Amino acid sequence: MPLVNGGKIADDSFVKLAVDTPLPEGGDILVPAERFLGEADALLKRTGKVGVIWPNNRDIAELVPYLGKIAAVALVFPSFRDGRAYSQARLLRERYNYRGELRATGQVLRDQFVFMLRAGFDSFEVKKQADAEAFMQTAKRYSVFYQPTGDGRITALHRRMQLRHSEGVGT
Amino acid sequence: MYAYDEIDRTLVNERVSEFRDQVQRRLSGELTEDEFKMLRLQNGVYLQLHAYMFRVAIPYGTLASNQLRALAHVARKYDRGYGHFTTRQNVQFNWIKLSDLPDALADLAEVGIHAMQTSGNNMRNVTSDQWAGVAPGEIEDPRIWSELIRQHTTLHPEFSFLPRKFKIAITASDHDRAAIKVHDIGLRLIRNEKGETGFEVLVGGGLGRTPFIGKTIKHFVHGRDLLSYIEAILRVYNQYGRRDNIYKARIKILVHELGIEKFSREVEEEWEQIRYSSLQIDDEVIEDIRSRFIYPSYEKLPHMPDELRQAAADPEFEAWRKNSVAAHKNPGYSIVTISLKPIGAPPGDATAEQMDALADLADKYSFGEIRVGHEQNLALPHVAKRDLPALWKALDKLGLATPNVNLITDIIACPGLDYCSLANARSIPIAQELTRRFANHELANLIGRLHINISGCINACGHHHVGHIGILGVEKNGEEVYQITIGGRADENAALGNLIGPGVKFDEVADVIEDIVEAYLALRERPEELFVDTVKRLGVEPFKERVYATR
Repeated sequence: MPLVNGGKIADDSFVKLAVDTPLPEGGDILVPAERFLGEADALLKRTGKVGVIWPNNRDIAELVPYLGKIAAVALVFPSFRDGRAYSQARLLRERYNYRGELRATGQVLRDQFVFMLRAGFDSFEVKKQADAEAFMQTAKRYSVFYQPTGDGRITALHRRMQLRHSEGVGT
Repeated sequence: MYAYDEIDRTLVNERVSEFRDQVQRRLSGELTEDEFKMLRLQNGVYLQLHAYMFRVAIPYGTLASNQLRALAHVARKYDRGYGHFTTRQNVQFNWIKLSDLPDALADLAEVGIHAMQTSGNNMRNVTSDQWAGVAPGEIEDPRIWSELIRQHTTLHPEFSFLPRKFKIAITASDHDRAAIKVHDIGLRLIRNEKGETGFEVLVGGGLGRTPFIGKTIKHFVHGRDLLSYIEAILRVYNQYGRRDNIYKARIKILVHELGIEKFSREVEEEWEQIRYSSLQIDDEVIEDIRSRFIYPSYEKLPHMPDELRQAAADPEFEAWRKNSVAAHKNPGYSIVTISLKPIGAPPGDATAEQMDALADLADKYSFGEIRVGHEQNLALPHVAKRDLPALWKALDKLGLATPNVNLITDIIACPGLDYCSLANARSIPIAQELTRRFANHELANLIGRLHINISGCINACGHHHVGHIGILGVEKNGEEVYQITIGGRADENAALGNLIGPGVKFDEVADVIEDIVEAYLALRERPEELFVDTVKRLGVEPFKERVYATR
């Protein structure tokens, strides 16, 4: 499954651990939430980055005490129709000011890239190779956005206000 | 009406080109039907019994004449020459080809119409009072706020994959024509003691297999906080709404399971966090939206012009005027409802020719504006009273002057088993038969206001729960059986109807309705007592007795 990071297909430095996989010596690891919360101190002491795989039905606020210490949060779309992780992503970015890697995992498809980018995801485990290759092109599909989110894109309402004020000058 | 600016136009065009790409990927097999299904639904495309069905949004029910012509064009070029107006201010085309859809959308985009989110588990078309902006006594035009919400809910990055569909309706009049109490969020525009605009917010109303009347979650949300408050409700729903069972996924179930107090606490907590964010709306933003609504320049015209006085001698004109013409906030003008319920025809259908002709009449008599109401009728919102006789003649020629608005033959019905893949029973033929039984205008007038709503399955697209008489088609042992309720209503006193007894067969339905109506005529205290009030006073029992005594 190709990973898109920073807008490009990239190598994935993280290895995903199951609940019971022995801990590797070094290297970057993505750990399920349950295991992470149980072994956080030990996990964070080792060399290599630590990321957490957070299920979409668990309160993301539980992760807040660790946000400064982890390198990645992987949120889950069990199906692309299940939109709970969009709310978790926005809370992480906009309420808890999380600045590390925010990864979309699960059924990640081309037609949701724009929504995911707007919600704050910056890394994508894309289901299909063709979708991963089309990432940049798809991300540019829209130039108008009606809602303010943490991605900083200017909203339609805001742009109208700018137009109003610039038109107002000299008239 | 609202005029799109370059920003709105760009977004709609970007959406069309995205959908064109999606259709192309589906046709080439790159997208599976499972993946494509949600994408097409979000553009209003259903797969029905015989063909694809295409649902186009008419936000808050306001149409310009060129937009109505574009709908006529789609009906003619891509469909079978007619369209069907629905209970949520949408229009549906029933015979469209998948490969034609991107072109149809592109044609509509040219006049600022789209089909975004007319289906799928996202925020649907925002509906409002079809008399918004012209109704006497209205607090202010609710469409300004509807448009604000329309924009905010379009392609929302967080709430495009909700547990289930989500519908918002707004009214700003005492008499609720937008059925806000049976919506996921219902908004009643009010003013506080300082004269500031705000909203009573209702949540958790809805029909379907588990009907609920919406509950007030907050008595006053200031206009500037409207978007943040809606966002808070949606965020709670997106996270906690059930996704394990499609029939329990609507917000009404979440509100019911948590209880309104707990649900409102959750919303309140979330709202406090986002209330003072960029979601806060300042007056300038509202003014900007208001500035793109075009209002007619009314002339000062007489309340009782000679034309109207002379036409009063014609009983047919008078019958129509008394039935279909309503008071306008400007005394020289009227609101004219156009019945799409001719005797013997499917409710809510209009042909391409009728749409084109209506667009012309709107240009001539209504400042180019047409409205669509949830009762599946249209309206011309600004007709000078002196023009009423001429307009009536023109409508009559088009078969659009049936004087049955709000009467027993003004039936709301879903497409039913004639079109819909979910239906268990036929709806349209029941409606057709009933209109024939009550075709006599004198009789219908004698009966007075009486709403019959028909659904062909438990999903309740025909709003049977809130019909004064509700008819629900179900399937029992391979046969169509109809359950009949009475006493429902969808207005400010919204209530769910009560079942009168065991279901009846297809060919008995019209007889049963006749019995109910006869019972009402015998039981009402005086001619002004509406059917629904008689039911309220006496309960179901006397009607039940009448219907089942001889069966």
